[in-house]
Amino acid sequence: MTTPDHNIHSTYQPTSGFERWLDERLPIVRFGKEHLLDFPTPRNLNYWWTFGAILVFMLTVQIVTGIVLAMHYVPNVSLAFDSVEQIRRDVNGGRILQATHAVGASMFFFALYIHMGRNLYFGSYKAPREILYMLGVLLFTLVMATAFMGYVLPWGQMSFWAATVITNIFAAIPVVGQPILELLRGGFAVDNPTLNRFFSLHYLLPFVIAAVVVLHIWALHVPGNNNPTGVEVKSSRDTVAFHPYYTMKDLLAIVVFCIPFAWFVFMAPDILGHPDNYVMANSQVTPTHIVPEWYFLPFYAILRAIDFNILFIDSRLGGVIFFAGSILILFFVPWLDRSPVRSGGYRPVFKLFYWLFVVNFLMLAYLGAAPADGTVLGLSVPTFSKICTFYYFFYFLIVLPFLPRFETYRPLPASISENVLGRTHS
Amino acid sequence: MTKVKTVFAAFATAATLIVAPAFGQEAEADSHAQPQIEAQSWSFAGPFGKYDEHQLQRGFQVFREVCSGCHSARLIAFRNLSEEGGPGFTEEQVKALAAEYQVTDPSVAEGQRPGVAADYWPSPFASEQEARDANGGAVPPDFSVLAKARGTTQPGLWWVLNYFTAFQEGGPDYIHALLNGYEEPPQGTEVPEGKYYNNFFPGHSIGMAPPLSDGAVTYEVAEGEQAVPLTLDQYSKDVAAFMMWAAEPHLNSRKAAGFRVILFLLVFAGLMWMTKSKLWSRVKH
Amino acid sequence: MANQPDLALQESPHSTRRDFLYVASGAVGAVAVAGAVWPLINQMNPDASVRALASIEFDLSAIEEGQSVTIKWRGLPVFVRHRTAAEIEEARAVPLSELKDPATDAERTKEGHEQWLIMIANCTHLGCVPVGESGDYDGWLCPCHGSHYDTAGRIRKGPAPTNLVLPEYEFVSDTLVQIG
Repeated sequence: MTTPDHNIHSTYQPTSGFERWLDERLPIVRFGKEHLLDFPTPRNLNYWWTFGAILVFMLTVQIVTGIVLAMHYVPNVSLAFDSVEQIRRDVNGGRILQATHAVGASMFFFALYIHMGRNLYFGSYKAPREILYMLGVLLFTLVMATAFMGYVLPWGQMSFWAATVITNIFAAIPVVGQPILELLRGGFAVDNPTLNRFFSLHYLLPFVIAAVVVLHIWALHVPGNNNPTGVEVKSSRDTVAFHPYYTMKDLLAIVVFCIPFAWFVFMAPDILGHPDNYVMANSQVTPTHIVPEWYFLPFYAILRAIDFNILFIDSRLGGVIFFAGSILILFFVPWLDRSPVRSGGYRPVFKLFYWLFVVNFLMLAYLGAAPADGTVLGLSVPTFSKICTFYYFFYFLIVLPFLPRFETYRPLPASISENVLGRTHS
Repeated sequence: MTKVKTVFAAFATAATLIVAPAFGQEAEADSHAQPQIEAQSWSFAGPFGKYDEHQLQRGFQVFREVCSGCHSARLIAFRNLSEEGGPGFTEEQVKALAAEYQVTDPSVAEGQRPGVAADYWPSPFASEQEARDANGGAVPPDFSVLAKARGTTQPGLWWVLNYFTAFQEGGPDYIHALLNGYEEPPQGTEVPEGKYYNNFFPGHSIGMAPPLSDGAVTYEVAEGEQAVPLTLDQYSKDVAAFMMWAAEPHLNSRKAAGFRVILFLLVFAGLMWMTKSKLWSRVKH
Repeated sequence: MANQPDLALQESPHSTRRDFLYVASGAVGAVAVAGAVWPLINQMNPDASVRALASIEFDLSAIEEGQSVTIKWRGLPVFVRHRTAAEIEEARAVPLSELKDPATDAERTKEGHEQWLIMIANCTHLGCVPVGESGDYDGWLCPCHGSHYDTAGRIRKGPAPTNLVLPEYEFVSDTLVQIG
């Protein structure tokens, strides 16, 4: 078994006097070589593994476009909407900068869900990667908070009412709910204090996210990457240097990812948004359908699904508990999954439950946007939502812990290189 | 393993195709029932779409002669009318047009002065209350982004197609339908005093009287151009196109740049693919 | 243990073509980066609403002889003075040798419109707005540090180094001037 990364002897040899001087004082070149260039990476990673780099790219894009937009945006209720329009109309390249940032949020979540899907399928959360995984779940919550606050900033109808509905969630907490709500909002209702602080935090959080990403990659570099077989690296025959193999593969993936990104930005920048957000926020008029952005829909569906009281817990609080629970449960996955086999590729029955989970998650998204009094595939939206919410929790609480008792696994390869040699292409 | 993947993918595709139409059968509650809005064909639709300059000029004329009496357009500056990708007025024409309007300017003695190109379209009303009083309690919405503040929905999963056609014309489709949607209320439907029955307006009772009818606006035909019919249908298309320009003045350059960017990315991706394959050809993987 | 080298870079008949591919990809990548960076910098340039006010037209017909107005142009105060014949004479009579920043009266006005003096109203010392019809030279006096300007806006006494700056302007007609 390969020793964890911190025991790897660095092969860096400073080549000039200046490099030697720098290496003795701040070994940044040595660090870069070890962790970005020479880092031994399993040679069998597939394209699902490129989404980590895509996410780093997207974080950079959002931060850069965000900083630039902040040079023109005004976080005041009377001026916010118009300042965004001024960016779209008068600022040089403003239409594209604004569209990149808005579409970028959606692309960010698209990459994030695929990245998380990869983790759940290939067991990337299993020991010894639990902390790496939990940092990832923390990143997921930070990204959701950032996106939520960012959506409020244009101060359209959806911005305002999404802020109102979601901050109202805190009021469901017994006893301390209402004071917490007023603390969050800076008032009795969502208004200028709320907008101002959301702008401040929206600017701050991405840098917190960047710091947690550093921890995330550090935690990754201790055990090294997982791989599609789920079998750990046993010798250097299983790995290749990160550069140039994965740097170029990741760059390829980023360029390909930019194609649908550019399609939306240049050809249909508003298609992922909602027309009601082009109506200035009005606290006296509620839009007919309050709908969050697509990436929040599955969790919104879970929130709405609990429309009944459970013992002494009223439906509003029940909804909040399930909503929070659906995200918090992710933290426990490394301990909920009792399978001795890491990768879903070698667990045929698990695979079925997994893909059903994916379909179920997509269904929850569809239900989240459907009107509460509508029907889908013959079932009422509330009923269907309850079924899908049930399966969501069933997967984590029943399938992951108990399926291993009944599973037969496909035989695992002895090592990554053995698995690679067994394949037809080289 | 590949075989299983293929079988599974085939099953998933078949299942989606079988199930997808069922999404269209969902019965929506009456409060959300919307008569189907007919999609129009717009010159600015799709990845190669562009505004028709003459249509924008006609639409501006409709706006100026009819709509601007009640509707403001506070984010539209006179100078926008001579900027690229728009109705194509000259700077002199814009200067003359602006001078016809009085704009509020607190730094001037009378508080008002003739407009210049840099000024924004003045509101027909001095305040929101005045607008309400003149319009039966309802404020005529500002035109600046109205074409993007409205949209159409497609039933079931048909909206997925919109992502591939870059559909963004729901607003103009709705505006066109609305302007042509004034009808006699059906048997038994009461329309409140001061309101009018419109087939497409949510709730069917709209505060705006039918603003347009055949022959309401006389278009001048430019030399060498064909005359267009002076009908409600034509006016509503022209003004909807103008409103789309008001909301998205940079559409022409945005789509043109997008074509070049996507082409560039395809070439770049091709080169990166070859680079990656070449590199990886030297290792077993 | 260090990685076993993966097939050290071989010199092969294909190496030229492979290098070209890397160079081509790198070049295209550099173009992509430049194409992405330029808009990020250009957005800081004055936007369309600011550029629209870069040039203004001002109607002179309301300004009587001996009157001055101060207008705003590109965020700066601008003096527009309708000079009397006496003021013009006084300005023309000054020998250039007496001036810290020599300039003839003709150089500070437009031909055929000598009665109009149009200058940026910031003292060239440290930027304060001078007061009109005051000072020892019948022109302007800057209250901040005592710079005196004459009837052509030229510095005559005090710490200011140069004459009041003339903006770019042009007479569209006898009563309409375009500044900027």
